Amino acid sequence: MASDSDGDEDFVSYGTPLEPLEEDEPRKKPVPLHEQTVKDEKGRFQRFHGAFTGGFSAGYYNTVGSKEGWAPATFVSSRQQKAEKQLARPEDFMDDEDLGEHGIAPAQITTSQEFSSSRRDEAREKARAVNAQAALIPGDTLLEELIAPARSSIGVELLRKMGWKEGQGVGPRVKRKARRQQTGVGARVYSSTMPPAGSEDSEDDDDDDDFAPEDVTFAPKDVTPVDFSPRSGVRGLGYRGLDPGMALLGRAAPEHIDLFKPQSETRSRLFGAAQRGSRRGGGVAGQAFGVGALEDEDEDVYHKDSMSRYDTELGGEEPGDGLYGWTAPQQYTKRRDKSKDASYLGKILEGFTLTQRAGEEKTIFPPPTLPRDYRPVHRFHLTSVSVSRLSGVSPALAEALRTSRGHMVKEEPQQGGRHQLDSGQRRALLGEDVLQGPSSVMELLKPEDRDRLLNLRNSSNATDSRHATSSALSGAASSSGLHQQQQEALASWRGVQSSTQSFKPFEKNPSKQARYELYLDRLRQGDRDAVEQSLDSGMTEWERSREREEFVRASILYRPSSSSLTARFTSAKHDEDDGDTVEVSRDQEGDVDDKQAAVKMKMFGKLTRETFEWHPDKLLCKRFNVPDPFPGSGLVGMPKVKRDKFSVFNFLTVTESRETTAPPKPPETGKRSRWDISDQKKKIKEEEEGDASLPACSSSEQQTADGTKSVDQKSSDKKSNGDEEEEEDEEESRPPMDLFKAIFASSSDEKSSSSEGESEEEEKTKEDEGKVEPQALNLFNISSSVTSSSTSVTVSTCANQQTVKAPVSSRTSSQEEFGPKLPPPSAALGSTSRPPPSEERPDNKRSREKKHKNKKQHKHKKDKKKKKHKKHKHKAKQQKKSKTEASDSSEDEEDGHVSTEELLKRLKSVQSRETW
Amino acid sequence: MARAADGNYLLSCGSDKSLKLWSVSRGTLLKTYSGHGYEVLDADGSYDNGQICSCSSDKTVILWDVATGQVARKLRGHAGKVNCVQFNEEGTVILSGSIDGTVRCWDTRSRRFEAIQVLDEATDGVSSLKVAQHELLTGSVDGRVRRYDLRMGQLHVDFISSPITCVCFSQDGQCTLSSSLDSAVRLLDKSTGEMLGEYTGHKMKGYKLDCCLSSKDTHVLSCSEDGHVYCWDLVEGSLTLKLPVGKAVVQSLSFHPTETCLLTAMEGRVQVWGAEPEETDEVVLAT
Repeated sequence: MASDSDGDEDFVSYGTPLEPLEEDEPRKKPVPLHEQTVKDEKGRFQRFHGAFTGGFSAGYYNTVGSKEGWAPATFVSSRQQKAEKQLARPEDFMDDEDLGEHGIAPAQITTSQEFSSSRRDEAREKARAVNAQAALIPGDTLLEELIAPARSSIGVELLRKMGWKEGQGVGPRVKRKARRQQTGVGARVYSSTMPPAGSEDSEDDDDDDDFAPEDVTFAPKDVTPVDFSPRSGVRGLGYRGLDPGMALLGRAAPEHIDLFKPQSETRSRLFGAAQRGSRRGGGVAGQAFGVGALEDEDEDVYHKDSMSRYDTELGGEEPGDGLYGWTAPQQYTKRRDKSKDASYLGKILEGFTLTQRAGEEKTIFPPPTLPRDYRPVHRFHLTSVSVSRLSGVSPALAEALRTSRGHMVKEEPQQGGRHQLDSGQRRALLGEDVLQGPSSVMELLKPEDRDRLLNLRNSSNATDSRHATSSALSGAASSSGLHQQQQEALASWRGVQSSTQSFKPFEKNPSKQARYELYLDRLRQGDRDAVEQSLDSGMTEWERSREREEFVRASILYRPSSSSLTARFTSAKHDEDDGDTVEVSRDQEGDVDDKQAAVKMKMFGKLTRETFEWHPDKLLCKRFNVPDPFPGSGLVGMPKVKRDKFSVFNFLTVTESRETTAPPKPPETGKRSRWDISDQKKKIKEEEEGDASLPACSSSEQQTADGTKSVDQKSSDKKSNGDEEEEEDEEESRPPMDLFKAIFASSSDEKSSSSEGESEEEEKTKEDEGKVEPQALNLFNISSSVTSSSTSVTVSTCANQQTVKAPVSSRTSSQEEFGPKLPPPSAALGSTSRPPPSEERPDNKRSREKKHKNKKQHKHKKDKKKKKHKKHKHKAKQQKKSKTEASDSSEDEEDGHVSTEELLKRLKSVQSRETW
Repeated sequence: MARAADGNYLLSCGSDKSLKLWSVSRGTLLKTYSGHGYEVLDADGSYDNGQICSCSSDKTVILWDVATGQVARKLRGHAGKVNCVQFNEEGTVILSGSIDGTVRCWDTRSRRFEAIQVLDEATDGVSSLKVAQHELLTGSVDGRVRRYDLRMGQLHVDFISSPITCVCFSQDGQCTLSSSLDSAVRLLDKSTGEMLGEYTGHKMKGYKLDCCLSSKDTHVLSCSEDGHVYCWDLVEGSLTLKLPVGKAVVQSLSFHPTETCLLTAMEGRVQVWGAEPEETDEVVLAT
């Protein structure tokens, strides 16, 4: 089309040309008629019935013409209801749109005319206009309007009654001059630039009036209500758009355009205030807008717009005409501190005033001046830390201790993590044995070379040199391991407060424990040969060497909370159990004593009061009409904290309870003599067979079980045994050391130590039959106690048997536990109150002799020994058999009977073993 | 057991498994509510006298309609005898404390049969509970008075050591009164838990007996096992009145919310004691 018009100029084209068709574009299909739909504002589909047949709505719910059609109602005879038939009102034929706000008969709750203000009611007028059209005489309403009844609203009536007259203001009468503000204001001519802010109070103007009769009062001047028109658009507060009339014609804009002065102008004009300022050029006259054709001021078309014509500041004159009347803030009618207002540069928004009080001055404190040599990086001084750690030890001694370690000094053995531990410390922690051989490279060197090296090193660090040489020379290869451990123990224990409670590894052996504690004390004092001094001089050399080793190892193992580790971990109690469970438990158990005391002293209050967080149910809060104190938390009740079901501490309590209630737990090996088993329940036996490898603690448990059992049967016991058991009982009140060991110490540690002990004992016993090692008893104090307990048990169970048997069985049990040839502690051990090992020895010997006397017993013992060497399976089987025998024969006589049978059996096996 | 639903009516409940509503002024029996399976231990009326709740050793709490005498709701859930029951101020929640150590909050508005919330903080049976506005006061046999503050979401526990038999709020809501089996009634400051007064002299060793404050918070009253009602001056703590009720144990007492009028229960008799005419006791035979 366009090309057509280009080509043929003769054509005259009318109308809008169609859009040129693209080649590729598929032809637009015209929208079919049935898809041309109309919907009303509620999204309802509207059918167009025809302009004269109902428009968009016809029929009941616009059903006319639809598929359903307009179904006539089923015929209902209305004969009966004829009488009460009502005339249909026009409203019956109106739908909600007609009755809506913009409909023909708006039906809304409105203020009745009587109460309405004089403002025009558009809707009403509209309705009236409609009515007028429909009226019989068109123009009927005209007449109505002409002859309007003198009707005024209630408010006006009330005011009239109160003495108000039209044209007056509302309020108490003013005892002042007549209203003269018109003239006063009229006299003013403002400069078009910044008028002084707030200078236009009408009162201000009237101040200089001369005469005012005293007793004449005036009504206050009338005010027009401030029209607070709702804000529309997205412009800022106070902005008024350019009025085109003002801007271009300049007529309506007596001043320069002030976008930020919306209303004061118009209002003052309204009240006949003088036309301000001379007529200036058209509002935005100037380069940008040009000069209109009708404008006669063309002289300054090209003149440069001077900045003086613009507001250089935000703000302008105050609407100071006092027309705010009663709605205005008080400040407007008051005289103002003008200087203050003037000092404020900027437009004060309408409705806002400057505050009378100045805001508080913020005092600003200057930051402290840094010292000149200040560096913003902090360095930790390792040396100072180490010094603090070594507090309590004289520096010289500390030095000496360090250097005497056999090789050159490490700065702080305890300080760091495992990477800072040297191999020796790690070994000590793991409980491994010392490697034989030189502990330091230095020891491999020739003395002169070593000296040379050391001299070289001396030049670098002069402090340690002298001691280093001596220490390097001192260590003999054989003893250096132990020695080193000693030093390590010393390093870890020195300076430690003696109050720190520690494990008592030798608790079963009081004298040994005493020696150990003495040793620890010496260690704390930093004594170098603490071990030698604390050992019993009465002991043999071998014993002492054993004990020395034990002490050192124990002191390293149980060194004060492995100091480096504890520093890193807070104790578990605080970590895990924070929150509620702790509180609850405290509530239940912990503080009860304190509270009880407080109650006794009648000190109610803080001591007896506890406050917890408690979450009420949401619904409960609702029902109580109380806001939810913890909105959003799904918690109800006291906040609970998960507790580990199988924590070590639970285990502890369980075992304790087990100990007290004494369901006897069999030892790991299950090689106890059948005397012990006789009373046990079947179930437990099965259990015992089930777990072959129980920790050593179980033996102690078993022992306690035995103890309790024996207590039960004690009536038939000897007195000595009774004493023994009592002693045992008080021992059992605390879980034995080995329980802790089993839990805390690594298993390898214990195993190695025990196996070591065994092997050593074996060697010993081989070379010297008669000699007994008290060491074993000391080291494995359980074994001693076990033996004693089993002694008592056996005695108690087979009270009718010879007492001679007792030691035998006890011995067997001890052997089962630890090594094949461990000599048994004597039966006398039970009667005496736990003698020290040195005294124990002759007892053992005696028992040996006794044993030799009774050959049968001896064999029995040997049989047991042999049995130990047998396979585990076999043992279990055998034992099961014996158990079953024992279980149904709990009677003493029967027990004895069975034992003799067994003895015979074992005798045979012993003989066979002797051949071996 | 006796309880003034408000000043005009009186509820008695007892081992006859029924609940009786009496008019205080006329001394007439208005209605009997029966439906419990065992003895009724406590009852309370809603603020509008429209509903009654009662609890029993049959482990149930029953909500009654006053006018019809019908069981509106039977609430099961407690594992033991229900010792005490109380409406909240608006009658929307029933709170019941049981020997199983829990307090259960039942909704009267919904048809739910489970409790809204179960307060199981007590380690022993809950013997007494009171509601005041947004606070719930419970006394337990574990010797603790617990105050649940719904608004603050806090639980305050006061240790009294001896089993609590009865707890009360003072009328001004600043103090709590608790009687315990060590024969002492203690007035504790609600906010701090400090003891403001201790009232002794009566005998309360084995029974769960009531105590209460007078309507103006001027006196503390407590039942006693020696057949008297003891009345102490609240501030001075001195015994002002020893009211002989009978020979047996005074089981329960309740003070009129506005007037000086006391209600006591003993051995199937409920007595109303007035103040001015020396003893206008009106004996009502119940159970």
